[in-house]
Amino acid sequence: MIDTPFVIAGRTFSSRLIVGTGKYPSHPMMRDCHTASGADMVTVAVRRVNISDRSRESLLDYIDTDRIFILPNTAGCYTAEEAIRTARLGREAGLSNWVKLEVIGDERTLFPDNEALIEATRILVSEGFVVLPYTNDDPIACRKLEEAGAAAVMPLGAPIGSGLGIQNTNNIRIIREFSKVPVIVDAGVGTASDAALAMELGADGVLMNTAIAGAQLPVQMAEAMKHAVIAGRQAFLAGRIPKKMYATASSPIEGMVGR
Amino acid sequence: MTITLNGEPFELDQPLSVTDLLARLEIDPRRVAVEHNLTIIKRHTYTTVVIGEGDRLEIVNAVGGG
Repeated sequence: MIDTPFVIAGRTFSSRLIVGTGKYPSHPMMRDCHTASGADMVTVAVRRVNISDRSRESLLDYIDTDRIFILPNTAGCYTAEEAIRTARLGREAGLSNWVKLEVIGDERTLFPDNEALIEATRILVSEGFVVLPYTNDDPIACRKLEEAGAAAVMPLGAPIGSGLGIQNTNNIRIIREFSKVPVIVDAGVGTASDAALAMELGADGVLMNTAIAGAQLPVQMAEAMKHAVIAGRQAFLAGRIPKKMYATASSPIEGMVGR
Repeated sequence: MTITLNGEPFELDQPLSVTDLLARLEIDPRRVAVEHNLTIIKRHTYTTVVIGEGDRLEIVNAVGGG
C-alpha cells in the first residue's frame, strides 16, 4: 500500500520521526543526530537568555532551518497560564505559531494535567496557534483535545525520559482509531523497537529526545530510529498476520523424504 | 535606576529603548522575545518602548528541549 503523506495542519513532513534538541553532549553532535534521523521537525524549549554569559552559542546556529521545521514547547509549565505565556513568547521570538503544548501535573512522573491542557489548547487555538498537545494515553482526553481544536494529539508511550517503551499498546491503538487528527506517540521510547511498535500500532508519527541524546552513540541511535519508524510504518501498512497459539508450517507437509 | 531583568536586579544609567538595551547586552533581537511588565513587546516597537525604573523584563530565546 502506498503511504499517504504525513500532514499536520496542512503542512507536509517527509519524516514521521520528530526529535528533540535537549540533552545532547554538544551542539555539533545534535546537528549530526538530526541529519542521521532524517527528521524535518525538531522541538525546542523557550527559556530566559543567559545575561551574564553571552559567549554561549545559539542553539539555532546548529539547526538547518531551511530543511527543519522548529516546534517550540512549553516544557516545565505547570499551569495553563504559564503554558500560554510561553507559547506566546515562542511565537514572538520568531520560532513558530506552532506549539508542542505541555501542562505538567506532577513533578515526579511529568504526567500532564489534562484539564489545564484542554483549557490552554482552546485558548491558544483561538489565538491562531497550531497546537500539538502532549497528553496521557487516554482516548477520552485525546478526543476532548481534538474537540478543543488540537491539530494533532501526542499521547505518551511512557513517562518522559523513562525509556520504558509503550506501556499501554491497546490505548494507543484505540486513540488512533478514535482520532481524526494525526496521532504522535510522544515520550517513553527507549530503543528502536519501541519506535517501530508505535508505528505498527498505527501512530502517524513518533517524537523522542532522550532515547537518541542519551544513547551511548547518539548518531547511530538516531539512524536506528529513522529505520525503525520507516519499518514500523511499512509493517502497519502491510498488515501483520494474526497471532495464533500454535505453529503453522511454512514448508509443505507433502512429499517428505522416506514417508 | 534598577530594573528586574530575567528575575535579577539590573542597573541602568538612564531609561533605554528595548533596541538599545538589547544592543548593550549584545543580544541579537531577531532571536529573542521580550516581555515588559508581563506584556509581550512587538518587534516593530523595540525602538519606541522605553524601559524605566522598576520595570520587569523577561528576555527569552530557544534552548535545547524535547
